[in-house]
Amino acid sequence: MHTLLAEPRRSIYFDYQVFPVHTASVGASQVERHPVVIVGAGPIGLTTALDLARYGIPSIVLESEQQVSEGSRAIVFTRRSLEILQQVGVAHRVTAAGLGWRFGNSFYRNQRVFRMEAPHDPDDRFPPMTNLQQPCLEQFLVDACQANPLVELRWGNKVDQLIQAEDYATLEIDTPNGGYLLQANWVVAADGARSAIRSLLGLKLEGASYEGRFVIADIKIDLDLPTERLAYFDPHWNPGNTVLMHREPGNIWRIDYQLPRDETPEQALSAESLRERINAQLGIVGVENPQWELDWCSVYSARALTLPNYIHGRVIFTGDAAHLLPIFGVRGANTGFQDCHDLGWKLSLTIKGLAGPGLLDSYSTERVAAAREIIAEAGKSTRFMTPPTPGHSLVRDAVLSLSLTQAFVRPLYHWRTSRAHDYVDSSLNCKDDDNSSFEGGPRQGAPLLNIQLGEDQFLFDRLGASFYLLYFTDAAEVPKDIQAQAQALREQGVPLQILVVAGQQQTHVSGADDLIDDRCAHLRNKYAAVAGSAYLVRPDQHICARWHQLSGQALRNAIETALGNE
Amino acid sequence: MKQKQLTTTDLENVYDQLADALDQTAQGKREIFLVKLALLSAQALGDAEQFRELTCAALLDL
Repeated sequence: MHTLLAEPRRSIYFDYQVFPVHTASVGASQVERHPVVIVGAGPIGLTTALDLARYGIPSIVLESEQQVSEGSRAIVFTRRSLEILQQVGVAHRVTAAGLGWRFGNSFYRNQRVFRMEAPHDPDDRFPPMTNLQQPCLEQFLVDACQANPLVELRWGNKVDQLIQAEDYATLEIDTPNGGYLLQANWVVAADGARSAIRSLLGLKLEGASYEGRFVIADIKIDLDLPTERLAYFDPHWNPGNTVLMHREPGNIWRIDYQLPRDETPEQALSAESLRERINAQLGIVGVENPQWELDWCSVYSARALTLPNYIHGRVIFTGDAAHLLPIFGVRGANTGFQDCHDLGWKLSLTIKGLAGPGLLDSYSTERVAAAREIIAEAGKSTRFMTPPTPGHSLVRDAVLSLSLTQAFVRPLYHWRTSRAHDYVDSSLNCKDDDNSSFEGGPRQGAPLLNIQLGEDQFLFDRLGASFYLLYFTDAAEVPKDIQAQAQALREQGVPLQILVVAGQQQTHVSGADDLIDDRCAHLRNKYAAVAGSAYLVRPDQHICARWHQLSGQALRNAIETALGNE
Repeated sequence: MKQKQLTTTDLENVYDQLADALDQTAQGKREIFLVKLALLSAQALGDAEQFRELTCAALLDL
């Protein structure tokens, strides 16, 4: 039986709530069977549960602890993550509590040598980045799960064994009051970097671990600095190493600094070492006699690893359980949200019997490819932040030195931040549409571009758990053959909505499920569309087909492909 | 691609400049000085492939 931390964790900014342990299943006479059991109530597990619920799929979420996670952890959430969180209904809370930002600064020898500006288009609802401590985000997700009758959260339930059968898995679960068995048609492993499920299946991550280790410390201090990322290279108090600073809500600052090579985590986390180094760093940003209080600290090492396949029998891996990515470029949780949003609709439609044989497999193909791309990109920035060899150190230091006077080297400071992945090569993309002949607009595989439709109204606000056909028209009717195919698909159970983009102030277009007034042609221009153009969008907002002119049969074929029937 | 070539006089000047610059550089800073110079030269060259070939040539017979 596992013992739990029953005392609320301590935090300056967050009131931890200890949830009651689920023990009702201990000693049950029958083994329950559920369509989906999610292991791990971190951001990715909870978002997966909420995403599945949007399709009417119930799930059980097992969490070995009794409270949300300790420390700020993931603190930077990208625009794409917010768009995904909007779909599961918590983005407004993240936006209200979080701090939006778009600038990053790199300093060397007290000179700002690089400034990153992340673009912010008026058509975007969310800023490029939003800072919020992970326990706050988890609390919002827990609240949403508790309010959702399709999600059952079981705190203090730890998975000890997993046995796979042909079409289900049996989980042996431990609670402080004893164990019980639970069966799941599908198990989603969202149990984080040290995934117990990954270990139970004996799976190994592939890729590289980096030498550089970082102390991550959260302090409460009132600093008169904007919410921007600050990176300090080779500061006098930490020669050769890198220091990062981020503002978090509630006057909390994250300070990440690299450890000298020969120092142990215990030495680095000693109160004296922390105080001396944090004070030295605060000195660099101009604070004399700093007064601060430590909230949380930990040691982190950069790794770039992934499972080569995310689906193993009835077990599906997602988030850090599936891959470990370097923090530089905020690729951890932000990659995880994209994983679970890719998985949610595919697993739901598979459970409902609407999916072709390739749909669920495409989750693994698309997301492993995304992880590998991220690993290649992250490797570049990680090699600059924490040079792994003497040769890398020398060239990095030469670049730092040159950057004071030579502009051409400064782009090397740019560590490519997490972005929404384009599933350009996805098997779900239509093969014979007009994708390649569009002269603009988001291409096949990319997520939709958000569009401001009015005061506090955006295109993404109109989207839900469904395929969408964005149909651009000046007419009063969607062509009959398109309507007929859409109707036939819906009768099969395929969620499909026709969202008409009206160019001529039509207030009613027959065959439309929803209508956007685009008399100013703004949406049409951004999508390089003309009257009769159409975009077919997957339930995760990624485009799988687009046409200059669409027929009902072409729509049917594209949906069949997008459902994994090829 | 054939680049402009240094005259013997130019090469002699480069030889002395490089030697003087290395002597001016504190011991322990010579490596970083040479890497900076290599990066500046690569930028002036504007040809990554040619820089790769030069790197290979410089690795010979060390």
